[in-house]
Amino acid sequence: MPTLLEVSGLIAGYGETRVLHGIDFAVEAGGVTALLGANGAGKTTTLRAISGLARRQGSILFAGEEISTLATEEIARRGIGHVPDGRGTFLELSVEENLRLGAITRSDREVGADIARMFGYFPRLRERIRQQAGTLSGGEQQMLAIARALLLRPKLLVLDEPSFGLAPLIVAELFDILARINREERMSILVVEQNASLALALADHAYLLETGAIIMSGLARELRENAAIRRSYLGY
Amino acid sequence: MQALWHQIFSGIATGGIYASVALALVMIYQATHHVNFAQGEMATFSTYIALALIEAGFPYWLAFLATIIVSFAIGVIIERVLMRPMAEAPVLASVGVFIGLLLIFNSVTGWIFSYSVKAFPSPFPETSQFLGGWASPHEVGATLVTLVVLVLVYGFFRFTKLGLAMRAAAYNPVSSRLVGIRVGWMLALGWGLAAAIGAIAGMMVAPIVFLDPSMMSGILLYAFAGALLGGIDNPLGAVIGGFAVGVIENLAGAYVVGPELKLTLALVIIIAVLIFKPAGIFGRVIVSRV
Repeated sequence: MPTLLEVSGLIAGYGETRVLHGIDFAVEAGGVTALLGANGAGKTTTLRAISGLARRQGSILFAGEEISTLATEEIARRGIGHVPDGRGTFLELSVEENLRLGAITRSDREVGADIARMFGYFPRLRERIRQQAGTLSGGEQQMLAIARALLLRPKLLVLDEPSFGLAPLIVAELFDILARINREERMSILVVEQNASLALALADHAYLLETGAIIMSGLARELRENAAIRRSYLGY
Repeated sequence: MQALWHQIFSGIATGGIYASVALALVMIYQATHHVNFAQGEMATFSTYIALALIEAGFPYWLAFLATIIVSFAIGVIIERVLMRPMAEAPVLASVGVFIGLLLIFNSVTGWIFSYSVKAFPSPFPETSQFLGGWASPHEVGATLVTLVVLVLVYGFFRFTKLGLAMRAAAYNPVSSRLVGIRVGWMLALGWGLAAAIGAIAGMMVAPIVFLDPSMMSGILLYAFAGALLGGIDNPLGAVIGGFAVGVIENLAGAYVVGPELKLTLALVIIIAVLIFKPAGIFGRVIVSRV
């Protein structure tokens, strides 16, 4: 499969603090890549660097184009749908307005049909369409955030800890839906997770981050069998 | 009794002006969490532009339209050139810039157009047999213009894609950028709209209070009181607050404190709101966990 996103020598941080010390990884078109690691390993910073929300150096090639010098909004317009940590809900606006904002840069006439398709994945959003988004539960807000990012019609969906703060049952449902989206929409996904077993079940490639450097990488099913990973991250 | 009604009607008319300026203040406040102290002087400058165009022979409504467009452009340019570099600056630096803007607009207005008081024409007739002594045609006309502006602004924010993008950018700039909204330009548009609304308020109030470079300074104070009363983070609340302050000011000026002490009322309202209901009547109380 061709490479959709290729990150090389990525150094990133905030102000004077350097969080990433030159990392390399790739996402294949149509594939799911997982970035694993403990708290503070630099997972979120990696995603923020890709979207231009953290200061960064190095090369980020997306669909053959260098995006490491672009502003966040231009990167989004190139086709990266980023679901940030904390979900980034527009709390004051309605669910419908949140969805419409996902498609705000589009001028085609299929936005309504796309929103209806999102209701296929997330039926609960349809029931809450007129509700203020701030009143949704955490799981519903996560679904809203994913739907919002997909309405951009991105080439790559970037997810920052989609399981964070959600009940296990909701998380299982969410990861099932993500697998469907990857399969049915042929959507490439880059997902950051602390929950390694979930992420390795969804992903085909995975990278393990530790204090700003990649210490292990490979096929997800191989990493699942790896003894060190099992001990440190999977707990069995 | 007729005198009372007359006071209420002209209170609504001036209240409409305060409501417009209050709306302009709220639009910038929502996006930046700063009050633009220069909003009034910018509106005065725009009103002088209108007067210059009318004196140059433009028909009133053409001058009106041209002034709105020029004011919009001035607002956009101020945001792009002066405010943008201040985006990351501490609050006091921004306040300094606002006060500087106020002084610059005031002095430039006086320098270009002189400090002498001038009459500004009204597009509405002098008298009308339909209204009797209840209200002057200009008061009724100005109120109607204000209402049309408010309805248009509401419709723009509520029903257009650009309006939605501007609201989103004000509420959550980071998420807005992640869906591809050019937040910087949304801010500039907000400044342009605020300047245009202020210009309309200036042109509507100038025939009542006469035109001089400090024409709007008192009005800005009333508008600020109105915005606080209604809730400075709530555009509709600010508009209602503006109308309410207009009526309160007129009634109190006529029956309670007299015309000399009217402006003090604005300060009393500001202090009372800040003490008893800091979020305003329609404002959201923001609670943050620490």
